[in-house]
This record gives sequence, C-alpha cells and structure tokens, in this order.
Amino acid sequence: MTNYTAPVKGRYGNYGGQFVPETLMHALAELEEAYLDAQKDQVFNEEVRYYLEQYVGRENPLYFAERLTKHYGKAKIYLKREDLNHTGAHKINNTVGQALLAKRMGKKKVVAETGAGQHGVATATVSALFGLECTIFMGKEDIRRQQLNVFRMELLGAKVVEVTQGSGTLKDAVNEALRYWVTHVDDTHYIMGSVLGPHPFPQIVRDYQSVIGQETRRQSLAQFEQLPTHVLACIGGGSNAMGMFYPFINDSDVKLIGIEAAGHGVASGKHAASLTGGKVGVLHGAMMHLLQDEAGQIQEAHSISAGLDYPGIGPEHSYLHDLGRVEYTSVTDEEALTALQLLAQTEGIIPALESAHALAHLDVLLPTTTEDDHVVICLSGRGDKDVHTIREALASKEENE
Amino acid sequence: MSRLTKAIQSRVEAGETAFIPYIMAGDGGLDGLKEQLLFLQNSGATAVELGIPFSDPVADGPVIQAAGLRSLAHGTTLRDVLEAVKALKSDITLPLVVMTYFNPILQLGLDTFANLAKEARVAGVIVSDLPLEESEILSGVLEPAGIDLVQLVSLTSPRERVERIAKASQGFVYAVTVNGITGTRQSLPEETFKHLAALKSVSPVPVMAGFGVSTPEHVQQLSEVVDGVIVGSFVVDALHRGDRDAILPLLDAARSVRAEV
Repeated sequence: MTNYTAPVKGRYGNYGGQFVPETLMHALAELEEAYLDAQKDQVFNEEVRYYLEQYVGRENPLYFAERLTKHYGKAKIYLKREDLNHTGAHKINNTVGQALLAKRMGKKKVVAETGAGQHGVATATVSALFGLECTIFMGKEDIRRQQLNVFRMELLGAKVVEVTQGSGTLKDAVNEALRYWVTHVDDTHYIMGSVLGPHPFPQIVRDYQSVIGQETRRQSLAQFEQLPTHVLACIGGGSNAMGMFYPFINDSDVKLIGIEAAGHGVASGKHAASLTGGKVGVLHGAMMHLLQDEAGQIQEAHSISAGLDYPGIGPEHSYLHDLGRVEYTSVTDEEALTALQLLAQTEGIIPALESAHALAHLDVLLPTTTEDDHVVICLSGRGDKDVHTIREALASKEENE
Repeated sequence: MSRLTKAIQSRVEAGETAFIPYIMAGDGGLDGLKEQLLFLQNSGATAVELGIPFSDPVADGPVIQAAGLRSLAHGTTLRDVLEAVKALKSDITLPLVVMTYFNPILQLGLDTFANLAKEARVAGVIVSDLPLEESEILSGVLEPAGIDLVQLVSLTSPRERVERIAKASQGFVYAVTVNGITGTRQSLPEETFKHLAALKSVSPVPVMAGFGVSTPEHVQQLSEVVDGVIVGSFVVDALHRGDRDAILPLLDAARSVRAEV
C-alpha cells in the first residue's frame, strides 16, 4: 500500500517533470540548487519557523467539532484550523517560505498567479512584510468574483494585473505569470501557489505546506493518543491536501481522501475534477491529469469555488492516485454549499467554499465509520471572502425551489 | 545531411541568409494553407515553420496567442494540419517544420504523430515546452521516421548547456534572441550578438535566430553572426492583415545581405 517512492529530479512516477521553454531551465536549476541549500541551513529554517509562529500564528488548533460530530452520530470529527492563519487560509504557509527563499536568492521582486485571490493576498502580504516588489496576475473572471481580495492586494502594495486571455481564470493567470517570469527571470522569483508547475515547485510548495500534516499528526497523538483513521482535504491544484497528506504517507492505517470540485456534476462536463474526469497531459510545466479535449486543448474548469477552478492537479496527486495511496472523489457545488451551511450552523464557523468541498464528503464517509474513528478535515480557509458568492448562490437556489 | 540542414547550408553557401517564416496553421482556416505556403515558397523562403494552435501558449506573445485562438475557433487540430500538409506534397517542396506545444502531440499519440508527420514529409519538429531533458520521449519516435527534432537555446542557458543543446539539436539549432516570449521588438541588444557568436562557434548544425526579429535591419545585423533568421509574429500579423507583401523586404534583406558585404 505505501510503496511511495520519493521523487527523483521532480518525477513522481510518470508525472511531474520540467516541460517548460528553455528560457526557464536555468532559473529552475538555480531555484532547485538554492532550495536544497536553504533546506540545510538551520538559521534559515529557524527564520521560517519564527515567522510561521509569530506572524502566521501557528500552530493553529486541531479542533474537536462536537456538535458536528453529534449531527452525524458516528466518528469524532476534528477540524485542522488553517482558516485561523493570518490572511485566512493555508496559502501563507507557502508564501512565507518562498518569500524568504527569494530574499535568500537575492531576488528583489516576486510574481504570482491567483485564482480565488487567497494566494495573491498571501503573496502580497509577505511581500509587504519582507519588502519585495510584488506583481499578481489574476483572471478577469476571478477579479469580478473576488473584488475584495483585489482591493486587499492593492492595499498591501501589490500590483494586480488583469488577465483577459483565454477563460480569464486561474490557468490563464498562470500562463501570464509564467510569461512575465520568462521575461524578468534575472531579478524575479515566481511564488507558485500550489503543488503545480515544473520541478522544483511541486516539491517546494508541498514541503512548506507539510507543516499542516506535521502539526495534525502531533496534535492527534496528544489529543486522542492515536493517528486519525481518516484525513480529508479539498483539491484544486492540491496544496493544502498535499501538505496535510504528506506526513501521513507512510502510515498505511490512515485513510487519505482528496475531494475535487464536481461543479454542476462530473457528467455535466462543467466541473474541475481533473482526476475523476480528466486525462494525463502536460500543462504549465508538468505532466499530470488534466481537463482537455481529444486534441489536447485544455478545457475550462468550473466550480463555485474560484480556488478549485483549475483544470489540472498537482503531479504528486496523480502519482498517489495511481498508487492507490490516496482516494480521490468529488462533490458538487450544491453539496459544498449545504455542507458550508451545516458547519456554520453547528459550529459557528463559516468555511471557505473550497474547504466546504471536503466537509461535504462527510455525508458519504461518516455512515461508514464507527464512534471509535477519528476523522480529520483540513479546514483550509475561512469563508469571509465567499460571503457574496454564497449569498447569490443560496438566493438562486431558493428561486429554483 | 538532413533536408533542413541542407536547405539552410545551400543558402549560406550562396552568400545568402536563410529565412524561415512562421505561420499559424489554420489562422483563417486550413483552406488557406496552400496559398500561404505557395506564396512563401515562391518568395524564396528557406523553409516554413508551421505553428500548431494550443489553448495555453506560455512561450508566445500576444500576436501568436491571438492567431492561435483564431485557428482554434476554426477547429484546427494537429491531425488536421498534418493531413492538410500531406495533401500538398506535390505543390510544396520546401521543408516544413512543425512548431507546437507538447500536449497536442501527446494526445494524438507519439507514434501516430511520427507516422502522420512522416507521411506529410515534415522535415522537422520544434516543441516549445520540451527542453533537452524531456525530449528523449519524442526523439525516440522521430528519429526512426527521419524527422529532425530541433532544440532551442536561450540567452539564459549557461555556456556548457548551450554546447550540449547545440550538439543534440537536429536540422538546426533555434536561438531565442531575447529573454522572453515571441513578439516584435525595436532593437536587439549587444549581448545578444555575443551570445549568438558563442553559440555559432560550438554548434555542429546551422544556427537560426528567432524571437523578436521584425525588420530588414534585424535580419542584416543577425546575418553577421548566424546562418539565418526565423520571423514569427511579424509574418503572422502581416498575413492576418492581408498584407503579405510586407514580408518581402525581410526576405529581400536575407537574400541580398551577404552579396552587399
């Protein structure tokens, strides 16, 4: 079961790699070298740890959701509270690490893509903190959906560039950010926001997000004296899931479940479930599962949650899927909305729409569990940014009923 | 010697600069492909790069991005392009080089791609997002089909890497003359020429410079250090505007440049 093999040169089984224009190859080699070097530097690691503790507010709680547990009447449900991090989501774990890495490499500028705006905000935040010049690429459609996050980034001193090409969503923002990086590679570091892109990005992002799983592991042993039986996380590109799952990879008794966004349903074709409904291909530097047509053109992803709206999935997830180490499933927009309301009303926590996808899987999972089981869900972010979208969605749902 | 290399060499030996225009296949529909290729062939192009549209062209600037989207709106696929080219075999004698991103090839199937390309008499293939380290998977099927896999070298490639790439490249080596994406530019910086001269000194195959070449002056300047030029965005734009004659001064510059020296 746990025949997980550590990647060599960014190869996760057949996935990953460095499918990029030659212009970027030197920058990637430089980045890999700098990263490996930084990993060995105790002073640097201590600096990362310091900011995670003093600035991000780690460690965050592994919270026992008592009323939610009573609602289902089966396994005990715990929430890993990434929503309590500074800036309201797990994204900052990665940007703190990468911004410090950029500084260590002597880069004065950073560029990033953003979908929901969470990674953009997290990047703008650390750029302000460490005095880096920050440019964020964001799809036109996402800018419309996430006005407040755009303002937030600008307030933090970042320049937000609207991307009108393609579908005007996350994948197009990645294209533009990569184009920008290609032309400014000398003085700019690209802060990739998820476990995506060419090697070494999937590894760097996974490593910086692994603090989620490491804490969860430690807290589980401290709070209920065993490892969880089930660990759940939502997946767009897959960074909160990878960070949560990775420290449990070799614990074969811990069931790991990744939940993709099924949008209007996988059968409808309007979804973002790359593993459930996609095929293997190459995009943004990596081989991975992708939503695409027969000729290899990338298709638009659809999800109520802008943060899951990406037509691919991190290469390491593709690998874990093939190994059977992680189970991947999907939930629809509507199921996510219902789960969001349930958590709000049982626990007084409004989760991000992304995280609500993981919560929605409880409906399927919990009936199969017993009272002795411990289910941990990565509550990757808070729902403040989504209140507008949620209100609109609930209103139109009522109209249809 | 490969058809591509031979075509370039013969121009150089005749005192000219090789000239390879890039066109986006299916921009305006594949029906127009024959006329475009005949025009370029009759105007004295050395070879033609045939761009395959891709939904996410990260190495391309706005002009080629837009052309790709127009072509996709016509429903152009890699298979369609190869079949259209196959049908033109008796009319088009100049070597054709397919330039694409990797995913369309992967979805068509590596073997199918190699077979269709061979049937279409494609001379070479350039894949924008397939650096040397990832290219074995493709060269393995192209080599038996007798098709060149052209490698790209960039300004950011370290010297040792430049040499390694040039030695692995078939047909010619494609020198990216700017740090960046395709598109037209005013002038070419001094360091570009140093870089190109260094590449030329180690390359066993002809060196073609592209990305940012858009004026007869660019062609003239580059011809001093390399074997030829590749012109993309400028050609794509001219064809799209219906002003194909705008390409002729560049072709003239390529043909006359060494004669003048």
